[in-house]
Amino acid sequence: MNADELLAAAEREAGKRGAARHRVGVCCSAGCLALGAGQVKGALQRGVAEAGLDGQVEVFGTGCLGLCHAGALVRVESRDGASGPAAPTLYQRVGVEDAARLVRDHLLGGVPLADRRVALDVPFFARQQRVVTSGFGALDPERLESALATGAYQGLLKALTELTPQEVVGEISRSGLRGRGGAGYPTGLKWSTVAKAHGNQKVVICNADEGDPGAFMDRSVLEGDPHRVLEGMAIAGYAVGADQGYVYIRGEYPLAIARLRTAIEQAEQRGLLGQRIFETGFDFRIDLRIGAGAYVCGEETALIASVEGRRGTPRTRPPYPAQVGLWGLPTLINNVETFGSVPPVIRNGGAWLAAMGTEGSKGTKVFALTGAVVNMGLVEVPMGMTLRQIIFELGGGIRGGRTFKAAQTGGPSGGCIPAPYLDLPVDYESLLQVGTYMGSGGLLVLDDTTCMVDLASYFMEFCRDESCGKCVPCRAGTVQMHALLRAVAEGRGTEADLARLEELAELLKATSLCGLGQGAPGPVASTLRHFRDEYLAHVRERRCPAGVCRMAPGRPRPAGEARR
Amino acid sequence: MSVPGGDAARTGGDTRFKRLDAAMRRQQYRADALLEVLHAAQELFGFLPEQVLAHVARGLALPLSRVYGVASFYNLFRLAPRGRHDCTVCLGTACWVAGGRDLLAGLEEAHGAGPHQTTPDGQLSVGVVRCIGTCGLAPVAILDGEIAGGQTRDSLLRRVKGWRAP
Repeated sequence: MNADELLAAAEREAGKRGAARHRVGVCCSAGCLALGAGQVKGALQRGVAEAGLDGQVEVFGTGCLGLCHAGALVRVESRDGASGPAAPTLYQRVGVEDAARLVRDHLLGGVPLADRRVALDVPFFARQQRVVTSGFGALDPERLESALATGAYQGLLKALTELTPQEVVGEISRSGLRGRGGAGYPTGLKWSTVAKAHGNQKVVICNADEGDPGAFMDRSVLEGDPHRVLEGMAIAGYAVGADQGYVYIRGEYPLAIARLRTAIEQAEQRGLLGQRIFETGFDFRIDLRIGAGAYVCGEETALIASVEGRRGTPRTRPPYPAQVGLWGLPTLINNVETFGSVPPVIRNGGAWLAAMGTEGSKGTKVFALTGAVVNMGLVEVPMGMTLRQIIFELGGGIRGGRTFKAAQTGGPSGGCIPAPYLDLPVDYESLLQVGTYMGSGGLLVLDDTTCMVDLASYFMEFCRDESCGKCVPCRAGTVQMHALLRAVAEGRGTEADLARLEELAELLKATSLCGLGQGAPGPVASTLRHFRDEYLAHVRERRCPAGVCRMAPGRPRPAGEARR
Repeated sequence: MSVPGGDAARTGGDTRFKRLDAAMRRQQYRADALLEVLHAAQELFGFLPEQVLAHVARGLALPLSRVYGVASFYNLFRLAPRGRHDCTVCLGTACWVAGGRDLLAGLEEAHGAGPHQTTPDGQLSVGVVRCIGTCGLAPVAILDGEIAGGQTRDSLLRRVKGWRAP
């Protein structure tokens, strides 16, 4: 496919869209599919055919429509006449039995179903700013043409035909984009390091090993708009001088794997990946590597080991993968959402993204909003929006009229943010100041029924199970910390145990080999900092204020007594 | 065929080994494709018996220790057979907060199978996964590969019950 063919294909598909009176997008993400979206889509397609609306109505599967707890979700875009603006309607909790009346009342009669309709002018939708998720609802992730109509691969075209590799890196630097996997390393700086690294063979890896429990941003992007990620990787390949890319994706995401496979095949078939892309001298191949359930493989050196077919254990850095990575080659590793941000930055210029967000954190962030919040689902908001806005405006507040207790970010390496910090702007720096970090985007809202000791114990158990065992502080430390936390939770702990926990937290943070061990004490340290009273209630009064923990029979040991 | 001879005798004519060979051939017997090959093997055999690990080791020209090391490192690779049916409970944070633990406890009480265990009649295996990313439906269980959201102890036990009927 050359430049003219790309633009012609995009225009043809856009023309078809303009001609359709209704476009009916059924959310076909894993969540909605589990709620029967596949059957709903089939029923709608049959209903449309029976009503003789073929050609006037397009029924298609699309990416995450946001309100994941209220699926199956269906979005209808209707047009009055050829030139009229498209008016969207969103339906929630749509079942197969609703398909017939949706066709009859809405598509034929023009009257939306009142009992299934969700208002789109509420903050949950209106306050979002979509960069990475802009195609959700508009495109069918299983059809390349559908992605092309939303501008897919036009960023790659521009990069290859109008910009030098240095200029591409320059645009990324100018955009202020930072790594969306959690650590927030400046993307432009990473790209330029790999671009400058010696060697005529380099590799690009997309880290799609989204392991944080409670996080599904990357799953949603890969399921909803896989071509965007492939395009971002190809642009990166051009910028740093790589001709090979890998997507390392976790085995727990079968649907995302399937969609990626389809997307890679389609792109190869049309020459958007492969040799001499857009008739330039640029070659770029992308292969999939499927993980097998190891959280530590989200760490970049462990990920590289896994791609090489070995046990996913990390190694010391430096040298960083940018210099010595996969098979010893200079390797660029970015997260799914980071690559997903790249195509619009190249299409619109770096200044476009830099105009969003805060001083130090540009652009938007996708969050998986879950837990005790009314509107659970996927949101993309400008950096710097406050927690209060995200949780109480977009999220609609706390479920069941309960009280907000804390927000947990950063997964097992993160921390908890208590109520006094609700007005904190959510960006990389602010979160660090209160003892947590941005993380990949899991935002778990906790109400007063959650015990913070129990939560800390949960995350420590996770880290204990997922520790690869290579370094002692993490392997042994997570076991000890988890045992101490269980003792505290069950009323067998003492204040000396709390001091020991704090001591071990420092030790693990300072001496572990990789981010898993360094981050493992995060939830403990942050809950000890913000919810010390709860810990004290467990050890002094043998009482769980949230009523979660069951106390072991007997009295606590006196402080300082040796354990076993 | 670069796999050493004598395979027919070793594999007892099991055609699954032929398909495993094909999977290795597709990867050009590259050692770095070990995870892909193990995924393929598990798909064919349901788990990774020692005979299969040895076959893969020969095919990719790797020491068996390396193959076993990788197979035992990753959670998704199973070294023991599973039951006919599988009920995997998600213990991601959202599911855990929403009562995933209770689902597991219910299964254990009713069927005597804890996490990673199979009932003695071989009908039901209980698994645990740490987040499958459908947190909006918490708590979630996966029943023979199908995601079931919003489960309670009772609703889950009802769905599993039929599996153990004689």
